[in-house]
Amino acid sequence: MKLKQLEGLLGDLQQFTAPKVELEQYATGPHIASRMLYTAENSFDDITGKVVADFGCGCGTLSVASSLLDAEHVVGIDIDPQSLELAQENAADLELDIDLIQCDIKNLNLRGLLVDTVVMNPPFGTSRKGADMEFISMGMKVATRAVYSLHKTSTREHIKKVALRNCNAISAEVLCELRYNLPRTYKFHKQNEVDIAVDFWRFVPRARDEGSTACSVTNLKQRRMHR
Amino acid sequence: MRLLTHNMLASNARGAVTGYPLKLQVVKWSTKEVEPNPEFLRGMLPKIDWPALVAATQALGLPELLPEAPPTDAELSAEGAAADEGSALRRLHRALLEIHIEEGALVCPDTDRCFPISRGVPNMLLHEDEVRN
Repeated sequence: MKLKQLEGLLGDLQQFTAPKVELEQYATGPHIASRMLYTAENSFDDITGKVVADFGCGCGTLSVASSLLDAEHVVGIDIDPQSLELAQENAADLELDIDLIQCDIKNLNLRGLLVDTVVMNPPFGTSRKGADMEFISMGMKVATRAVYSLHKTSTREHIKKVALRNCNAISAEVLCELRYNLPRTYKFHKQNEVDIAVDFWRFVPRARDEGSTACSVTNLKQRRMHR
Repeated sequence: MRLLTHNMLASNARGAVTGYPLKLQVVKWSTKEVEPNPEFLRGMLPKIDWPALVAATQALGLPELLPEAPPTDAELSAEGAAADEGSALRRLHRALLEIHIEEGALVCPDTDRCFPISRGVPNMLLHEDEVRN
């Protein structure tokens, strides 16, 4: 599938009608989402024929994109039931099979080495501090090949340090810096839209044996306290 | 939810040791045929928890679908396996990717905490005081 075609299909997806600020629900636009997944597949071979998990899938944009790029099995995970309903409708409209799980990412318990790749547009940790690191940490526990994620450019150094030191990453690389066009989503937004600088990351987890835990959220908290 | 997802999902309820495998209770399920991908299935086989998968097919009332012991790589690679409906490859494919659990529940093997499956989506949410430390 061509990039333009992927972006076009993603552009037709239903988006949040009543986004929840506490979950930092911002839609992943078709432009960014298509480029994320296209890069993951064409530069790194991480999507087609793979098992992909989408953390905080929201209305399912990244799940749908993975499935359109022929991921063999896609699992979207979100805490919010309305988001999951939208994701289900979006997948059904395109006749895609996507498994959905309602779960808080920090309490997720996925065993084994079944998931190849984790993709996510996580909360940036603006509403609830540390939410972004919980997502990365869990992603690194679950993925065997790579974790793709978006984070505010202003947090770049912190993300890199924590990923390498606490999350068992053997590499943490910013693939590109993006302009995330954020339309006015919530009442507290003063401008109609605003561009924020966002990094597109690829993290590679250290190879592990089944059963070992890469890095737990509690572990992270303890280390933070000791610092 | 399909059985490949069931095969990786565990309970995080307080008191759970491994929380795995989740006991499957099925009220309603459906089948949707998709093209088998032999290379993917061969790669998956060593990563699958076979007893958990067999238990899930038994809970579905399909005791004949999978053998007690996992197929060998040679069985999965047998010529014409993808086209033969009864082959080990097709059975594995059907079990992992063609069966959709629509309504039912997943039960934590250690704590009996029940996670309902509604409209195909398991609800694994826990209250903060129910979460494993």
